[in-house]
Amino acid sequence: MKVAVIVFPGSNCDRDMHHVLTDVFHLKSQLVWHTDELPKNIDAIVLPGGFSYGDRLRAGVIAAHSPVIKDVKKMAEKGMPILGVCNGFQILVESGLLPGALLKNTSLNFMCKWTEIIVKNNKTPFTNKLKLDQRIPIAIANGEGRYYADEKTLALLKKNNQIVFTYAEEVNGASLGIAGISNKTGNVVGMMPHPERSAEQIINPNNSKPASLIFESLLNTLGVTA
Amino acid sequence: MSLTPQESKYLEKKIGRKPNPLELQIVAAEWSEHCSYKSSKKHLKILPKEGKRVISGPGYDSGVLDVGDGYVVTVHIESHNHPSAVEPYGGAATGVGGVIRDILSAGTRPIALLDGLRFGNIQKDKHAQWLFKNAVRGIADYGNCLGIPTIGGEIEFDKCFTNYALVDVASIGFGKKENLIQNRAEKGDYVVLIGGSTGRDGIGGSQFASDKLEAENRSAVQIPDPFIEKLVIEVILEARNQKCIKAMKDLGGGGLSCAISETADALGVGIELDLSLVHKREQNMSPSELMVSESQERMLVITDLKKLGTLKKICEKFRVPYSVIGRVKKDTLMEVKLDKNTVAKLPSQVVANAPLLDRPFSKPKYMNGIEKIKKPKTPKDLSLTLLKMLSNPNIASKQWVYTQYDHEVGIRTVVKPGSDGSVLRLDNGKFLAAKIDGNSKHCYINPRDGVIGCFDEACRNVVCTGAKPIGMVDHLQFGNPEDPEIFWTFKESVQAITDYAKYFEIPCVGGKVSLYNETDEGPIKPTPLIGVLGLIEKKPLISQKIEDGDLIIALGTTKDELGGSEYYEYIHDLVGGKCPVVDMRSSKKTQDGVLDVISKGLVKVVHDCSKGGLAVAVSKLCITNDIGCKVSLDKVPSEKLLHDELLFSESHSRFLLVVKPKDETKTMSILKQKGITHARIGVFSGKDILFQEKSSSVVRVRVDKAQEKWLNSLGGLVTHG
Repeated sequence: MKVAVIVFPGSNCDRDMHHVLTDVFHLKSQLVWHTDELPKNIDAIVLPGGFSYGDRLRAGVIAAHSPVIKDVKKMAEKGMPILGVCNGFQILVESGLLPGALLKNTSLNFMCKWTEIIVKNNKTPFTNKLKLDQRIPIAIANGEGRYYADEKTLALLKKNNQIVFTYAEEVNGASLGIAGISNKTGNVVGMMPHPERSAEQIINPNNSKPASLIFESLLNTLGVTA
Repeated sequence: MSLTPQESKYLEKKIGRKPNPLELQIVAAEWSEHCSYKSSKKHLKILPKEGKRVISGPGYDSGVLDVGDGYVVTVHIESHNHPSAVEPYGGAATGVGGVIRDILSAGTRPIALLDGLRFGNIQKDKHAQWLFKNAVRGIADYGNCLGIPTIGGEIEFDKCFTNYALVDVASIGFGKKENLIQNRAEKGDYVVLIGGSTGRDGIGGSQFASDKLEAENRSAVQIPDPFIEKLVIEVILEARNQKCIKAMKDLGGGGLSCAISETADALGVGIELDLSLVHKREQNMSPSELMVSESQERMLVITDLKKLGTLKKICEKFRVPYSVIGRVKKDTLMEVKLDKNTVAKLPSQVVANAPLLDRPFSKPKYMNGIEKIKKPKTPKDLSLTLLKMLSNPNIASKQWVYTQYDHEVGIRTVVKPGSDGSVLRLDNGKFLAAKIDGNSKHCYINPRDGVIGCFDEACRNVVCTGAKPIGMVDHLQFGNPEDPEIFWTFKESVQAITDYAKYFEIPCVGGKVSLYNETDEGPIKPTPLIGVLGLIEKKPLISQKIEDGDLIIALGTTKDELGGSEYYEYIHDLVGGKCPVVDMRSSKKTQDGVLDVISKGLVKVVHDCSKGGLAVAVSKLCITNDIGCKVSLDKVPSEKLLHDELLFSESHSRFLLVVKPKDETKTMSILKQKGITHARIGVFSGKDILFQEKSSSVVRVRVDKAQEKWLNSLGGLVTHG
């Protein structure tokens, strides 16, 4: 079982994600440079956080045109579990794999803090070990993290059960308090908060267990017993 | 941009002829105060640099400490004061960029940043607010983009920084000892310039920083590009892994002039370079512009023929521009060419070593009598005074600042900003604690006692996490060194740092001097900054939630030392009095005792007592734990003091320990056995912060009211201002 962690120029949570996947959850994971082809034998893809292309033009928009995205799209169609975190979420949105947009936070500042999110869909490959409405203490760190979509899209997200996580408190002015969503089929999930920063007790000031269930859900999906 | 007549004479004697105009420019850049340390170098020699963990090598831009198991930690500190005072966003951002490249130069990955910021009166001065907001944003945008967490720092506001800014950045690196760059070069090796293109920004920046800030010289400020810096970091670390780097130096103050002459001098070789090969962002740049441009995000790498191809491939993978600009030669000259023509040829040893100065010094006249003051009247309502103290921008929570910094990226940050010291986990299972501290108000009253206090405070903050100090860096910031009185304060500070470092056996592994920090109103107060690193072998003390019934034990003696205190200056607008003096012997004993009770697992929280004194330290514990307390002032170990003095004196070497009732006896008996002054002064409980004498209340403040003041005061000033 192998997870590809895609590295774009300016990604900066790639090594953190790789560490958590390999050292904490004992999954094989491989860093894949954005101009390389996806390895053949992978079972899941993660787009990590960071500042791809220095957030120039708009967060994630240039990376969404990277060569590797074509392959990511193919895998998404095949139903492979794909997770985008923070800048990874922004790239998934900019590449059209997920609907909506991510705008500047209402505070107009970069915001690094601990908050809680609530599980709204526990059927995805990244939430199937979590309970519905379960709270997850988690780290956020972004400047353009406010999820936005028009009324029609929001209605569709609700109807199709595509809202995966919402914030437990008002954080950045996101539509419906959305912290993470999935595509219609549920295999592609994007989230602004950082599960890789929250799954180890030593660095999580609260409780790391719920965030670690995000990774255990992936293990479960891939048929690895945790 | 020129040399003094004496320097010109010295140069001509050394090279045996008159320099041409380009050569003069190169030498002037390198002999600037900023690059050459010509005023300070002689005095810095006394600092203790040896230690069992210290690894030193030729041409290192950062200090290197062995943390065991084949790993090293690197550390460096720099400031970007002049540029930040003119253009705070770009100045602060490029300050971050510069110090990071020093860490990179050793072959280690930067894993953390700390910053010290100083501005004028933030409550009244709109310009200070603008400087503050934009410097913070500059640091945030740069550090966040790179994915290097800003894990801590300190901020001070004082009228002496009006229309000015001190922006200090410290960076910490981590890596394997075997990967440290060896800095060797042989004849025929290639000199490669990697990173951002060279333009006309930052021209003459080092001279700009070596003079009084008279005109708004924006062209001397460099333009930041964190994205290219991030790519340069990855290129360099990959090149390091593939053994492509024989020697390396970052381009900072003085640009190519400095990097080439210092590298050639440190390695004992000659370097020939051709300026027509440098990748540029502007047309028709003259040789002198190319030699002194301080365009950012550039590294100078020396590699050999065998590895040159690999190095180029790595640059191309990351699409980072590079140019092979020269070769290493057997002689010790730096020879600058433009196409085929030699335009400058100088002995690098001469360029890299400016003639040092013996500046005259004399004790400042203002110090006479500054300690003798008429004591202010104790305010009638000390509860109100405490609330006012908590909303003092120098004391209030810095949350508005550090939540804009990504302090979690890298997933090492175990103890986070807002605590006494910050703690990072290392790959060998150990932990590294770090803190920087400065206090211009104390240092103004008495530079010696002031800087020793800063050193002690930084050590105490690191000790609060369970770490033993292993190394320090200093950043010495003063006004114009040509003024003997200012130079005296510099000299006193260096001697004081040396004395403390020797007594505590903490080696000085790096530092920086920044002079000519002058405003329209005169020089800044002496502002030396001390950074301390501490190592934790097993596990750090992570503060536990304080509960009803937990006890407060105070260590150390509270004395009549309110000179330069926040209480005198903020409440009474009074500059003067006797500033706190550290008793090194008792401070060492206390620090060792604290480490002992931490290692035995007896304490829930250890908190340092500093700015704002006992009252503020206790209040912060209540505020962050959402609980009240009852403290008996008559129990506090102290000289005979008035209530306000007891509450707000900033005496050093004091700690607050929070223990569960069941651990009280054991903790107290260890402290007693070690001969540490201590007393149980109170208990946590209820919803009020209560200080009482016998049983009558001296201060009573509701925790939620204190929270509101402390948490929102600083942010409120800049978000609505």
